[in-house]
Amino acid sequence: MDISFKIEKVNAFYNNTVALKDVSFDIPEKSVTAVIGPSGCGKSTFIRCLNRMNDLILVFRLEGRIIYNGMDIYSEDGDVIAIRRQIGMVFQKPNPFPKSIYENTAYGVRIQGVNKKETLDDVVEASLKKAALWDEVKDRLHDSAFSLSGGQQQRLCIARALAVEPKVILFDEPCSALDPIAAAKIEDLITELKKDYTVVIVTHNMQQAARVSEYTGFFMLGELIEFDNTQKIFTAPSNKMTEDYITGRFG
Amino acid sequence: MKKFIKTGEPFIWLTGGAVAISIIMIVAILLLIMKNGLGFFWPSDIALLTLKNNEKLLGQIVNREAIPQPGAEQGTILKYRIQLKMGNRDIYGLDFKWIDVEDIKGIDYPENALCLERREWGNMYGFVKELKIDGAVVSVADGNIRSALSSSVEKYGELHKRIVFVAKKEIGQINYDMERLRLKIRKLELEYGKENPAIKERIENISKEIEREKGMYEKKSLELEELYKKSREAVILMSTADGKEKEIPVYNVVRSYMPNDMGYFKKTGIYLSRLWEFVSDDPREANTEGGIFPAIFGTVMMVIIMSIAVVPLGVLAAIYLNEYARQGTLVKTVRIAVNNLAGVPSIVFGVFGIGFFIYFIGGTIDKLFFPEMLPAPTYGTGGILWASMTLALLTVPVVIVATEEGLSAAPREWREGSFALGATKFETIWKVILPSAAPGIMTGLILAMARAAGEVAPLMITGVVKLAPSLPLDWNYPFLHLERKFMHLGFHIYDVGFQSPNVEAAKPMVYTTTLLLIGVVVLLNIFAILIRNRLRKKYVSSTF
Repeated sequence: MDISFKIEKVNAFYNNTVALKDVSFDIPEKSVTAVIGPSGCGKSTFIRCLNRMNDLILVFRLEGRIIYNGMDIYSEDGDVIAIRRQIGMVFQKPNPFPKSIYENTAYGVRIQGVNKKETLDDVVEASLKKAALWDEVKDRLHDSAFSLSGGQQQRLCIARALAVEPKVILFDEPCSALDPIAAAKIEDLITELKKDYTVVIVTHNMQQAARVSEYTGFFMLGELIEFDNTQKIFTAPSNKMTEDYITGRFG
Repeated sequence: MKKFIKTGEPFIWLTGGAVAISIIMIVAILLLIMKNGLGFFWPSDIALLTLKNNEKLLGQIVNREAIPQPGAEQGTILKYRIQLKMGNRDIYGLDFKWIDVEDIKGIDYPENALCLERREWGNMYGFVKELKIDGAVVSVADGNIRSALSSSVEKYGELHKRIVFVAKKEIGQINYDMERLRLKIRKLELEYGKENPAIKERIENISKEIEREKGMYEKKSLELEELYKKSREAVILMSTADGKEKEIPVYNVVRSYMPNDMGYFKKTGIYLSRLWEFVSDDPREANTEGGIFPAIFGTVMMVIIMSIAVVPLGVLAAIYLNEYARQGTLVKTVRIAVNNLAGVPSIVFGVFGIGFFIYFIGGTIDKLFFPEMLPAPTYGTGGILWASMTLALLTVPVVIVATEEGLSAAPREWREGSFALGATKFETIWKVILPSAAPGIMTGLILAMARAAGEVAPLMITGVVKLAPSLPLDWNYPFLHLERKFMHLGFHIYDVGFQSPNVEAAKPMVYTTTLLLIGVVVLLNIFAILIRNRLRKKYVSSTF
């Protein structure tokens, strides 16, 4: 199994508040890794470290190393634009841009300087197909993205992320704002995506983690408590706290 | 009672009342302006007044009011007086006269009373006696004089158009070209020295061109002379109510009609033609007659130039304040300062405009680019560009505030989504945030335009004039003459209403011009609102 991310002794701070404490583990390539834990455990902070989305927060600071493809993404010469192109992200709340479905999907490619209509058409079709949205929107590509339902909007965001051909896709609680049926579709999609992409998913929902992921990391109070095969975590966790959380004794 | 207040019922009445009062006041203003303004163009009947001393007066009754009797006991019978527009300023010296109703023996409406609208001296009221061409009588009062009159008025109207064309367009063009050539020579002399042999040939060539233009000028002046001669050949012999006779050149007549003998339909025709003249023609008689087209044009053009200047400036400033500047005390102070700038009296901006734009920037431009014109200033004097810039400065706070509101309304999620796709901050702002703020920017522009179109004080010292000889946009290269002075509806109202030599005649013009200014502002706003609605639809903003 190849390693996609090597996380080495990562400490993260907001001002002087510690958000992540000494986190180290490896995220394998072309698989789904779930990150679970109670609210405020640092799982969102963690996933946002992987594509440097935390850079937007002025008071954020990180120690340690996150190696992606043999390169420390937080090193001085790390090109944050290139990193984010390779490591896409889907957010908790569907966040399509105030543009048409077509323009939303083509956005990432357009900002790379591609403006040829045929190329864009191809990219849009391929991405929407991969996101299992093509059949639902192919006749109204130029309608506003806000005319879609919540689940469709979330799949549009996935298509938008896929259009720039990333290697990794990060999902930050992608289903928490969706109804169960829309959530199921997203889950199916994630299962489909792991054939070609490395997927990291933060979730509140333990059943979801159990269903979609191969590996699971359990975070609590900024610390990685346990990281293992999903099956092992959910059937025979080695840590007492993990067991308590999974069996619903707290959280 | 306390309970009643608690129900909120009185509060609803209070708030509703405030809205109602506002609406009533606005409607009342509009009605007042419309009543006083729109009636002006109606060709009302001409009354022949016979006074008790057997004096006869002819004219249109324009007003009727009770005579104030200070100190009179209660129950005294009110006495009235009427205001008569007698016209014939060249004979009587005054257009208007108040007459006590008591003094009137009888009022008559003779069918053949004629009103002549003239290019000079205002209206003439009287009875037509003869139509003469080259001294020979072609038509007398009893015959077919009415049709003869209207056809010859029409014919000489064409002649007037021709004269204006030759004098203003053709000769104006020649003068413009000659001036340009003269400046060319002067520029060469300034650059190379007066007696420099290197430019001798070029100067000679230009001089030849000037000679050619002069020849053309001679030819055109001859043509004009001829046309003027022709314009004097036909005259109307009129007699006034008191029997005086006067010859009026037909050329001098804009419109002739006998309102007492016309039905509503015909009067409506005259009404519309006068209304059209008002919005499409140049002013006459110290702005008290004719049209106000140059003022409409100047207002609209100034607002457009101002918009072109204010939107980029305001939007860029707002982007910096909202997106790039580190939010803190300094930015807060800047923001408060910007907001307060909107409250600075506009005349202050006018003074700044004349000091900074006209004397400093304009003066520098003149020194650098138009040295051949000096000491006559080109940009170093008031003009439409500087007036627009001054107003842009005046309205930029509105645009900044509206744009900032639009920008900060864009949710964090859009920014994050864009960053996550590898977009830079610039790309995110330019492609996602700014388009979504476009309707907000348009709202700012609408407010700015409304303010700019209504502003007069700063314009008075930065380029507005009572009568501009030419529009800032014409067929002479470079077509757009931003240095030219211009006319403006707001200033026109002030000028006509308060600086006019003929106040009574100008009064209705004040109302009509006001109505038109409101109309122009409303039209500009509707235009901007339509654009905003299109943008809103394009970037429809709603959550699921």
